[in-house]
Amino acid sequence: MRDSTVSRLIQAGFVAAVLLIWVLVTGTGLVNPIFVPHPVDVVKQLGRLIVDGSLWDDLKITLFELALAFTAAAVSGTLIGFAVSTSRWSTRVFEPLFAAFFAIPIIVFYPLTVLYFGLGPESKIVHGGMFGFFPIALNTISGFASVDRRLLQLADAMGASPKQRFVRILFPAALPIMITGYRMGFILTFLSIIGSESIASLAGLGHRIVWYAEALETPKMFAYIVIVVVLAMLLNAIVAALEVRRRGNS
Amino acid sequence: MRASRKPASLRRFFARPVVSQLAIVILAVLAWEVAARYSTDELFTSPPSAVFAAAADLFDEAGVMHAVLTTLWELGLSFLLAVGFGLAIGVGVGASGTSYRSLYPIILLAYAIPQVTVLPLFVLYFGPGPASKVAFGFSHGIFPIIVNVVAGLRTVPAGLLRSAYSMGANKQQIFRRITFPHLVPSFFTGMRLGMTATLLGVLLSELYVSSGGIGYYTELYTESFEPQNLFALTGMLALMAVFLNEVVRRAEIRHSRWR
Repeated sequence: MRDSTVSRLIQAGFVAAVLLIWVLVTGTGLVNPIFVPHPVDVVKQLGRLIVDGSLWDDLKITLFELALAFTAAAVSGTLIGFAVSTSRWSTRVFEPLFAAFFAIPIIVFYPLTVLYFGLGPESKIVHGGMFGFFPIALNTISGFASVDRRLLQLADAMGASPKQRFVRILFPAALPIMITGYRMGFILTFLSIIGSESIASLAGLGHRIVWYAEALETPKMFAYIVIVVVLAMLLNAIVAALEVRRRGNS
Repeated sequence: MRASRKPASLRRFFARPVVSQLAIVILAVLAWEVAARYSTDELFTSPPSAVFAAAADLFDEAGVMHAVLTTLWELGLSFLLAVGFGLAIGVGVGASGTSYRSLYPIILLAYAIPQVTVLPLFVLYFGPGPASKVAFGFSHGIFPIIVNVVAGLRTVPAGLLRSAYSMGANKQQIFRRITFPHLVPSFFTGMRLGMTATLLGVLLSELYVSSGGIGYYTELYTESFEPQNLFALTGMLALMAVFLNEVVRRAEIRHSRWR
């Protein structure tokens, strides 16, 4: 406990030092404000974005894409992963195939995705879903594969029905590993959506960052970067908390 | 005798996962060929035969080969930088308890920031040429290497260290005989994860903006609706990624075998 308080303090001190250097460097005119804007300007833009509502449209689009992409990845990853895990043969055939695919940065397929689904939200949903699918499917497979065989033998010996076998043993044993997969898949989906919005898109938070970068309106660009970083940390904290809670119950 | 053995060995041959994997890949390519030939719009889907033909043409085109080579050396340079600096910083942070407790939280804090958000900044600072790709790939690759080097140094079993001390080993001997062998496997794990991350960073920045790398051609083929070229280029990149991953994975397995 004490160690984590100390490291929080160190982190807070580090952030404060970075902010101080930022203020000093931009305040004295040491660097061009086009490259590094003054923090006060960034905060002003941040306030303006939130007050006049221009933030919400892009935020809504990005979160909408994230929700659909993650749902698609979670449903298909769980179902396909479970189907693969039901036999030893299919596990040995498909797991290496999925792992090989997972090693490819799926971003290389993004131009093809844009070609098929256009510049709108559809291509981001497909792309984000592809990114999220592999960790979820792989963790579902390894979750069901790692169930203690003795428990299953015991259940069979005591005459458990297939439904009881699944509900009482297979699923609870696989769940912790699957949840790790969902967390990884969720974060990858979010980052890939921001990334694909930066590469080619019409709206969304990633699109806005690039838009203002190209217009050299760096205070606005930094304001959007701050928003995405805060959003990422918030989402990360929420899934991590959910993961810990599920682990505690099961 | 022979006749009865043959089906058994054949069955064993087909039961091997590699055979089924190949069969699945071949079936998928065939299905794609049939679907692309008979049912879909030629502007969007090209049959694999056309893609292979396009791949051969791409190899002949000087510009594309140059772009592939550019991307490869961007990747190589940023990976080398990430390994060098990652190892140095990792050793510095993990060397003592004090440096670990005071510096490691800062590394984790920096690692938690999603780098995609600052991609346009890299282009703003380093220009649209190779420099921004190397810098962005480096920023992706360095963190997994630092984290794994630190983990390798910090997870040396205390019992081993204590018994080495009690037997009168000096610092150099402890490093050579205990710390270093523990560092190597996690360093290779870090290199594998760092390679994947560097590749992601380089490709991401290539696709975002590129003056002469692969990103220039993917955009060209997307905008001019030449799917067979885009498929061929994408396939080439994907194969490259699988190959590089396999190389670092083999190295990792080889160097962590002693554990």
